[in-house]
Amino acid sequence: MRPRFAVLAALALTALRAAPVRANEPAPAPAAAARPKAPEAQVQANSPPFSDGIFPCSGCHDPKAKVDLTHRRLQFHDEQQDVLKHGEERWCLDCHDAQNRDVLRSASGLAIPFTESYRLCGQCHGDKLRDWKVGVHGKRVGRWDGTKTYFLCVNCHNPHTPAWKGVSDVVVDGKRIVSPTLQLIKPEPRPKRPEEMRQ
Amino acid sequence: MSATSSLPVLPPTPDEIEDAGRRAFLRTAVAGGALAGLSGCAGFSMDEFLRKHFKELGPDELKKVLAKVEKTNKETWGKDTRVSATGPREGVEFGYGLDISRCIGCRRCVYACVKENNQSRQAPQIHWITVLEMEKDHGVDLAHAEVYYDPATVPQPGKFYFPVQCQQCRNPPCVKACPTQATWKEKDGIVVVDYDWCIGCRCCMSACPYGARHFNFATPTLPAEELNPDQHYLGNRPRPKGVVEKCTFCIQRAREGRYTACVEVCPVGARKFGNLLDPESEIRKVMETKRVFVFKEDLATHPQFYYFYAT
Amino acid sequence: MTGILQFLKGCGRQIATGNKAYFIWLAALGVAILIGLAGYSTQYRQGLIATNIRDQVSWAFYIGNFTFLVGVAAAAVLLVIPAYIYHWGPIKEVVLIGELLAISALAMCLLFIMVDMGRPDRLLHMTPILGTPNWPRSLLTWDALVLNVYLILNLVVVGFILFNAYAGREPNKKILWPLVLLSIPVSISTHTVTAFLYNGMAARPYWNASILAPRFIASAFCSGPAVMLVLFQVLRKTAKIPIKDEAIWKVAELMSYAMFFNLFLLGAEVFKEFYSATEELRYTQYFWFGLGGHTALVPYAWASLACSIAAFVIFVVPRLRTNWKWLNLGCLLIFSGVYIEKGLGLVIPGMTPSTLGEIYEYQPTVTEWSIALGIFGVGFLVLTVLVKISIPILVGTFKTPASH
Repeated sequence: MRPRFAVLAALALTALRAAPVRANEPAPAPAAAARPKAPEAQVQANSPPFSDGIFPCSGCHDPKAKVDLTHRRLQFHDEQQDVLKHGEERWCLDCHDAQNRDVLRSASGLAIPFTESYRLCGQCHGDKLRDWKVGVHGKRVGRWDGTKTYFLCVNCHNPHTPAWKGVSDVVVDGKRIVSPTLQLIKPEPRPKRPEEMRQ
Repeated sequence: MSATSSLPVLPPTPDEIEDAGRRAFLRTAVAGGALAGLSGCAGFSMDEFLRKHFKELGPDELKKVLAKVEKTNKETWGKDTRVSATGPREGVEFGYGLDISRCIGCRRCVYACVKENNQSRQAPQIHWITVLEMEKDHGVDLAHAEVYYDPATVPQPGKFYFPVQCQQCRNPPCVKACPTQATWKEKDGIVVVDYDWCIGCRCCMSACPYGARHFNFATPTLPAEELNPDQHYLGNRPRPKGVVEKCTFCIQRAREGRYTACVEVCPVGARKFGNLLDPESEIRKVMETKRVFVFKEDLATHPQFYYFYAT
Repeated sequence: MTGILQFLKGCGRQIATGNKAYFIWLAALGVAILIGLAGYSTQYRQGLIATNIRDQVSWAFYIGNFTFLVGVAAAAVLLVIPAYIYHWGPIKEVVLIGELLAISALAMCLLFIMVDMGRPDRLLHMTPILGTPNWPRSLLTWDALVLNVYLILNLVVVGFILFNAYAGREPNKKILWPLVLLSIPVSISTHTVTAFLYNGMAARPYWNASILAPRFIASAFCSGPAVMLVLFQVLRKTAKIPIKDEAIWKVAELMSYAMFFNLFLLGAEVFKEFYSATEELRYTQYFWFGLGGHTALVPYAWASLACSIAAFVIFVVPRLRTNWKWLNLGCLLIFSGVYIEKGLGLVIPGMTPSTLGEIYEYQPTVTEWSIALGIFGVGFLVLTVLVKISIPILVGTFKTPASH
């Protein structure tokens, strides 16, 4: 009896080994990932690219002070005013809250924190906001099947002169953030021509 | 462009799987005989000679093959590497979107790809991505395109930029042309090359309409400090001399769920990548809301790479 | 065993005997082969970067030569048909010499492929059982199959004829003629499959034209027989093979018709490109007139055309083709014309501009020229050796020793 079992077992084993193998079986998928779901969490990329030491603004601006709302050139913040080019007839207090300089202000008077500045931009640039919210406009890094990191409008577009020029990594308050440049950027080197590739 | 039914990627039929097993058996038998005669030759590697096609490797054989690659990496660059062979996931068909209303031609994608994918740096210098500078008043017209643009800043007025890389065609002419089946299309859409099977005949390069395939004309030059140690057997592991390579949608990243290197580095967010079968993915949103086209559509290659204008 | 040893010794004797011209010829071939080996050692060390082949023009000189030689191999055997129809006396000799030429051309084809491959050590990956040939979708597998079948067929026919002649017997016509007749469609199919290899590539509009396969056959029929005609003349003098003048002139006449057809197809192609004037014109334009200041191939294009037309005139005018000086000049012209047309004028313009519109002007490097020269040296050496052994067997001066 036993030898027959052994023979049968041997035959069975041989049959199994000779069976065609198929590589690239997908790794046993976790039950939930049969069809990847929409990402649950989206993490904000960097802080808004403030100039060094400029935030919080209430360090200089007293919220209780009276504010002159006339459109004019201000005595401070030349860096931003020199480049200001955001549509026509726009000036600082169209976006910055007059009383509380630590927030921005929507057209209807809502306070908008700097970390959600896209709500302000989206008032006029609704199509961009709509695309940005689903990741079609602007950059995202991370996982296509999971958590992504998005960027604020102001990480790429200088709000005072939003026309695209370039971006760079800067370090502000010890953190590396993406910040728009004021000049167009230089392209990386051109590829070598075929005749330039020799040993 | 229905997103739920795309053109079929060719999976093996039950007959093909059976044939593969039978072939593998025959091969071992014949090769074993030949081996007896050849084993005297110096420098002869039994494993190399008896190696089967990648798709016919069993799990143990695959482990051995991957270990051998890691060993070669260590010997050549002195670094420990991790070479995986992660397979495609169920329910995933990769799609790539490129917004040519946004691309500024900065070429950061080109060099991010080079770093991520361990390409040869010079003699030959291999770039998987080629960016073409085109003229706005001519549109997408290769007769008025420039690869070697080198201005001080980008974008230049009156120009737009058109990056080209492997389009991971659903009807790939390269796969059709390859005489050894060294290149094939995987289920998630990536067209891959087995660098240990390729004979370097370059039929695929003649057949590719997009200039997406590149050849290692010499032993690749890759400094050890720039080696990316996270590698995939069919992707960014360092290639030998005399074989063809191309963009693999960063298979080592994409199959782990991550964006490709070019998508992550693009400063203007012109590149979109994801699963075409997921209705919430960015690429699906692009397909549903933007004006999308494919490159050289008349050749009916049906790429998984889509160009679009967001504005 | 002794029989074979004696045969081999006899072969050695045949190769080692000859007049001064013969040895000078062998020496020249030896030099060519040495140059080729030197070139190949450079390429082996450095890789294909030693050539001017790059991504933009990824098939070049070697593949061009391969394509031309496949045509030569195919055409050599096609002379069987006229030999049979026109009742040329020594049909056996014509067939044999044609097949010897085909064998040497096929040897050169194989060598050109080997030097062009990035990994010739992995050639077995393309074979059945030991590899995974992409059959039947890849045309290169078809090409390899058909060329090997053709080579084996040639070797069998040659072997059969010579084996019988060596033993002093007439070859059994019932076995011989079916094989010879089979070699005709096989030879046409070799060149047709090679044409389809190019033809099937939608990415290359210059090649993706239905006219390519007929053009290949037509130009092959011009080039292969040219070598044969010269060979016939040499063998008539040295080996006393009785090939009639009329046979040679008839071949020349047939070649003129083939060249006419070739030129007609060229005209058809040129009309289509220049009249429709789509962007696909750029490839043809690059070859004949240059593009954007890049004119490296233009002199070759017009030289090839001039040679072809001149050869056509020489072969079609009876007074010229029956004059030996003119005939041989015609052979040289037709060979050069088709060589340039197939070697340079097919592969390079097909890839210039590249698939992304880039113009890279390819010119072979010294390494490529040396290797090509070496391979031609090997091919002609094979032909010389085969002819030197076969003809004496055929005419009966080299046969089984009558000791038994």
